[in-house]
Amino acid sequence: MLLPLVIWATAVLVAASFAIKRWWFPAPINAHAASFDSIFSVNLLIMGVIFFVAQALLGWLIWKHRDRGQQARHSEGSTRLEILWTSITLLLFVGAGLASTGLWYEVHLSALADAGLKIEVAAKQFAWSFRYPGPDGKFGKTDIKLVNDAAGNPFGIVENDPAGKDDIVSSALRVPAGRHVQLLLQSRDVIHNFFVRELRIKQDLVPGMTIPFRIRADKPGEYEIACSELCGLGHHQMRSVLVVVSQQDYDTWLRRQAAQR
Amino acid sequence: MAAPAGRPKVTNMNHGFLRRYLFSTDHKTIGLQYITLSIFAAFVGIALSVLMRFHLVYPESRWRLLETLWPDGAPGGVMTPELYLSLMTMHGTIMVFFLLTTVPQGGFGNYFLPLQIGAADMAFPRLNMLSFWTTFLSFVVLCAAFFVEGGAPLAGWTAYPPLSAVGQIAGPGQGLGQTLWVLSIALFCIASLMGAINFITTTLELRTRGMSLLRMPLTCWGWFTTAIISLFAFGVLLAGGVLLLLDREAGTSFFLPAGLMINDKLLANKGGSPLLFQHLFWFFGHPEVYIAILPGMGAVSTILATFSRKPVFGYRAMIWAMLIIGFLSFVVWGHHMFISGMSPYSSIAFSLLTVTVGVPSAIKTFNWLGTIWGGSLRLTTAMLFALGFVSVFISGGLTGLILGQPALDSYFHDTYFVVGHFHMIMGVATVFAAFAATFYWFPKMRGRMMNETLGRIHFYLTFIGVYAIFIPMHFAGIAGNPRRYADFAQFDFLKDLSFLHKATTHAAFFTAAVQLLFLFNFLWSWWKGPKAGQNPWHATTLEWTLPSPPPEENFGHNPPQVHRGPYDYSLPGAPKDFLMQQEER
Repeated sequence: MLLPLVIWATAVLVAASFAIKRWWFPAPINAHAASFDSIFSVNLLIMGVIFFVAQALLGWLIWKHRDRGQQARHSEGSTRLEILWTSITLLLFVGAGLASTGLWYEVHLSALADAGLKIEVAAKQFAWSFRYPGPDGKFGKTDIKLVNDAAGNPFGIVENDPAGKDDIVSSALRVPAGRHVQLLLQSRDVIHNFFVRELRIKQDLVPGMTIPFRIRADKPGEYEIACSELCGLGHHQMRSVLVVVSQQDYDTWLRRQAAQR
Repeated sequence: MAAPAGRPKVTNMNHGFLRRYLFSTDHKTIGLQYITLSIFAAFVGIALSVLMRFHLVYPESRWRLLETLWPDGAPGGVMTPELYLSLMTMHGTIMVFFLLTTVPQGGFGNYFLPLQIGAADMAFPRLNMLSFWTTFLSFVVLCAAFFVEGGAPLAGWTAYPPLSAVGQIAGPGQGLGQTLWVLSIALFCIASLMGAINFITTTLELRTRGMSLLRMPLTCWGWFTTAIISLFAFGVLLAGGVLLLLDREAGTSFFLPAGLMINDKLLANKGGSPLLFQHLFWFFGHPEVYIAILPGMGAVSTILATFSRKPVFGYRAMIWAMLIIGFLSFVVWGHHMFISGMSPYSSIAFSLLTVTVGVPSAIKTFNWLGTIWGGSLRLTTAMLFALGFVSVFISGGLTGLILGQPALDSYFHDTYFVVGHFHMIMGVATVFAAFAATFYWFPKMRGRMMNETLGRIHFYLTFIGVYAIFIPMHFAGIAGNPRRYADFAQFDFLKDLSFLHKATTHAAFFTAAVQLLFLFNFLWSWWKGPKAGQNPWHATTLEWTLPSPPPEENFGHNPPQVHRGPYDYSLPGAPKDFLMQQEER
């Protein structure tokens, strides 16, 4: 009769290892991440209780009904029980699903009064580039034929377009704290994925598409950007950083970069 | 129209070795061929995962064996990232297709569907043989990818284009290796489609007298539902595979948009969509999860009933749950694509359908608990694995509800959380069901018993092992660890997770080694196991009315007359605690 004990011990260990939170999310850096954490916690709590009760019950049934020569009770089922547990799980599961749609809506579908700052993100095997429109607020024209990484032109900015003269290209993503930033995600070769743990969001970059993706980071600091869609042999080293600075520092940086161009 | 089941069968009895054992049309031989192929594939898959886990934890260590096996992939005995990714791709492909899809349906389904419905063979015996050999060819073509220039592909078992579509310039293994991969999958689809037609026809046409649909064991319902799902799913994957092959070899642009620049080379393609492939792939890929697990659900239901000496609780609810799962499995594929760039509105619809598909799964779990409730449980190895299945099914299923919500998936997508989730629910649960089925039916297939002591040791060590492997992966995922990384040295946040990966790796070594106990038990019992009687478990379904192993012609000219449902255990007033389906009373 080892099995009930093994199941109970496993359930306790699994539940405990979740409860200690030794390996966990990094601290949130905006309101979205904080909401994510609380919604996840509620989900984890619900799932954890179901997990624990179900495993405990499984172990208990095995223990209680182990063969001691007793006659099994003949029972073919119960329609009332079927209706009961079907309704409860339906309500619970769909309820959990509905409860988090607000968070999804907010990130992907809600309208914004402030269109925010636009930054282009270009991914390739296995590097990130970021383009800022510069002081004029306009992106210059690009041409894929002009793309040249070695010459520092990963976007293929057209040389003689005045709007592109002050465009800034960077290998790190620098943003001002507390402002909405509209990322325009593009890939030139295969599918990549933009993932910042502290923001609790990720989005694929798909060749042939420009995917607008809104982020806002409130807490200054440096956060790693990790490619999270298999993109080839260098996938594990496709890294950049999100640098969140104060608006003032950001403006200073922008001016200095534009002046260097 | 049920049953000219007594239709005499062309036997292979008088044929030579080749026709009897290799190119046999007997469903039992074919079933064993599928099982043999799956066991071999499983050990290849396990070996690949051991190499991967070793590399993740000891990335710098030199291992001469690796260099011997892959001179280019492991110069000096140190694994390159491209070798790691090719092992990963092959591990996933081999396990999903040649273990999880093959053994429950092609293996046990082939062997036991005709026996359980009282038929002489499958409806189309020659087509059945062709299905197996096409599957075998598919496996050979896949493995050949290891030996061609550039090696095996590195695009993962999901093979998303453009990575999988543009050839060698996207990486080593993306040339001929990837082409072989696509060909192998296409062949596998064809084999599965042939199998599906055969299973459906057999179930509908060859049931013996009295075997109404609602008297079929839940195993048969599992195989039947799986066959219907396969018929719709594999056709779509085949289409995706053919289009991918055309993009690769014929210069078409189904999945390739304009302006692609791969490795500094500008491609001439235009007009295609990488997302189209994902839709086709996951239209197959999600039902595939249920293709793997439904036969196991059927087997577990039967085994729980047999060893609880009780009918399956809620037999009809179980059938409804399977059919609803089968239907819903076709409308949830988008949950693999929440972050792919498809419309955020459709994510909400896919999400609500996804959490709904959890409901019939929960119904099944409740009914399994109801089945053992009030029983008289005999904890044979088969029963242990069936109960273990229920445990891992709960553990793996619950995390699916988290991943089914796009707002939460936005963090967990492509992290180790997903890896832990699907290994638990799709891999471990299906394999536990297959182990349960093996211990349950081995006596029938071979006429000998497997060793119970070895079986129990194998079960307990495996049960602890799988939790030790896959639970830590959830934590790596919560910490944000992306999957499919060949090493963890480039990111600061991954360095904190080395303990988790070490634990996982060592648990994986341990669990992999434990599987040798099973192999030994299987082979030893095959030759030396004590003789099994006709019905060692006192079970009720028709296969147990035949000698073990069953004669080639199954029921011959005396097809059974079925009088009752499949699970008449402990009927009040009955002379013994089980009544077989053909017994009047």
